[in-house]
Amino acid sequence: MSDAKPAAPAGGSRATMKKELPERFRNHKHVWVFVEMERGVVHPVSFELLGEGRKLADKLGVELAGVVLGAPGADVANACKEAFAYGADLCYTIENPVLADYRNDPYSKALTAVVEAHKPEILLLGATTLGRDLAGSVATTLLTGLTADCTELNVDDDKSLAATRPTFGGSLLCTIYTLNFRPQMATARPRAMAMPERQEGREGRIVPFAVDLREDDIITKILSFIPDRDSNKTNLAFADVVVAGGMGLQSPENFQLVKNLASVLGAEYGCSRPLVQKGWISSDRQIGQTGKTIRPKIYIAAGISGAIQHRVGVEGADLIVAINTDKNAPIYDFAHIGIVTDAIRFLPALTEAFRKRLSPHSKDRLAG
Amino acid sequence: MHFVVCIKQVPDSAQIRVHPVTNTIMRQGVPTIINPYDLFSLEEALRWRDKVGGEVTVLTMGPPMAADSLRKALTIGADRAVLLTDRFFAGSDTLATSFALSAALKKIGDTFGKIDIVFCGKQTIDGDTAQVGPGIAKRLNLEQITYVSGINEVDGEGGTVTLERRSEGGVQVLKTNLPAMITMLEGSNVVRRGRIDDALRAARAEIVTWSAKEAGIEDVTMCGLRGSPTVVKKVFAPSPRAEKAAQVEVGASPAESAEALIEAIFKKAPKIEADLVKLASGY
Ligand SMILES: Cc1cc2nc3c(=O)[nH]c(=O)nc-3n(C[C@H](O)[C@H](O)[C@H](O)COP(=O)(O)OP(=O)(O)OC[C@H]3O[C@@H](n4cnc5c(N)ncnc54)[C@H](O)[C@@H]3O)c2cc1C
Ligand SMILES: Nc1ncnc2c1ncn2[C@@H]1O[C@H](COP(=O)(O)O)[C@@H](O)[C@H]1O
Repeated sequence: MSDAKPAAPAGGSRATMKKELPERFRNHKHVWVFVEMERGVVHPVSFELLGEGRKLADKLGVELAGVVLGAPGADVANACKEAFAYGADLCYTIENPVLADYRNDPYSKALTAVVEAHKPEILLLGATTLGRDLAGSVATTLLTGLTADCTELNVDDDKSLAATRPTFGGSLLCTIYTLNFRPQMATARPRAMAMPERQEGREGRIVPFAVDLREDDIITKILSFIPDRDSNKTNLAFADVVVAGGMGLQSPENFQLVKNLASVLGAEYGCSRPLVQKGWISSDRQIGQTGKTIRPKIYIAAGISGAIQHRVGVEGADLIVAINTDKNAPIYDFAHIGIVTDAIRFLPALTEAFRKRLSPHSKDRLAG
Repeated sequence: MHFVVCIKQVPDSAQIRVHPVTNTIMRQGVPTIINPYDLFSLEEALRWRDKVGGEVTVLTMGPPMAADSLRKALTIGADRAVLLTDRFFAGSDTLATSFALSAALKKIGDTFGKIDIVFCGKQTIDGDTAQVGPGIAKRLNLEQITYVSGINEVDGEGGTVTLERRSEGGVQVLKTNLPAMITMLEGSNVVRRGRIDDALRAARAEIVTWSAKEAGIEDVTMCGLRGSPTVVKKVFAPSPRAEKAAQVEVGASPAESAEALIEAIFKKAPKIEADLVKLASGY
């Protein structure tokens, strides 16, 4: 049944039976990125997608457009400015008081309407809570294909979108096409794609689009918004330095050793999934397939075996350092530097050594 | 009230192995489980049934053996189970899956009583798309609230539900009208163990089994491979990294090992030191 799908052997047959794109889709053109904004802040995944979208648009020889939804005001204009700086040629904007905060109904109506009017061939969204909630509705209304959580996007020789994503818990990758429908929709997780260079002062066109939305017609009401306390706001996905611990730490108390090292390094800390399941660490700290994808400059993993579900979340790191007592642990297959030693004894020493090394008065550093 | 929980039987992916030569999944002997995220939705449905009264129906689309998962859900406490099974459903992507499940949900509403809330899991661990729930909501015109961290109130008489939804940087407190489609966040509740009498009842319970036709689906071209706009063209194993990790030799003491590791790091990535100094001074 449905779970039989991704198990097809390599080179499944249907794709080779590709028919010509139906007439009604032929005028679909250009690559779009939904620019996700909440409370005036553009989600960084939108910039990552604009970076990927730029490459796709250039390969196809078409334009890259951002789509910005929000309440009338400065936020929308700012989001457009950012989108231009990250590669958009133009932005479609829909401004309406109803769009001040995210709700599925008005957002999916607005996005569907602008897609139907301006007909993109590719539409990309972030695989965030908002993006996933929205993408499924829009794809169902348009009756088109949607490939979720992509890690790689490309266009092939006949200009179709080739969307690659992990499947079966990350043990395999599969490349998915939406052959006979438009737009071809895909979502990508934050940090799965690299952040492009910001080009200050780069400009583009703003194309306002009007959608008739009234608060009275919307059934779901927002009673209040409870912001996370600062301590809850982890910046794990976007941190430059991440230290994480796994079951090798053996007790919740020992996890403090990871936090100590993180604090000396000015890093964020994370963990493998069993620690979340045991209730030692909160779920927003989990790294991997069902947690966060990270892309730090350096990732230090202590007592983590490196299971595939963990691996897929950390592979974007520039430098992976593993501390594990088992020299055959799978983490050494993808880490760059390893040390086979007891993390519980080693972490305090490492923390101390880094503290000395990084302190502004460090002799070591002046000498080095 | 009538709550319907969509559950999916999935392979326990912790135990999936990939054939090293053919790159296909070796399914033989891989145990199946109820998609773990669906259990939080099942628990929430059972809780509200216990609180406000009514029934919980579980629904799955899958091969005949998916009946095992339904029976498991009955042992946890569901009142009724519906299996949607037909060869026409083979190869369904999310759009085709939500089409078939929507038809079955309509039929469930007609046969067993109007549905107040359709619960789905946040996502599956094999498909992992989080799209089937929104697809169902759109097709059945249900209010859609995903990533719910808690339901505060279900008001059957007023036909409303008040709940908390996780969003970027905070929680939205929302009120909406029934019928609604809700997906629960993991950890939003603690899934119960079934009671003995539920287990006894489940063992004997009849599982309502419908084909596409019996579920009221006339146009089977909307189902399965034919009804799926997405096509899996290639399945492959991630390419292994060429070299293994460079091992740092363990010194006489942890302190010596630490020095050696730091040296190795700075040698491999010279720019890291400057980055770290900058970050460390900021804490
Ligand atoms: C659907 C699904 C999704 C999943 N998603 C995720 C996910 O998002 N993220 C995730 O991390 N996992 C995920 N998992 C779980 C994953 O498969 C592994 O079970 C998990 O990553 C293992 O965590 P671990 O490495 O901390 O523990 P273990 O596998 O128990 O490994 C502990 C490691 O510590 C080492 N060790 C022991 N003692 C010491 C010591 N004193 N010092 C140093 N090393 C020591 C051991 O050699 C071992 O390698 C998922 C699983 C499934 C089925
Ligand atoms: N074959 C199926 N049968 C019943 N429910 C399903 C099926 N596939 C998906 N679902 C439901 O939709 C949710 C999201 O699935 P997915 O879009 O695959 O991540 C799951 O958690 C289930 O609640």
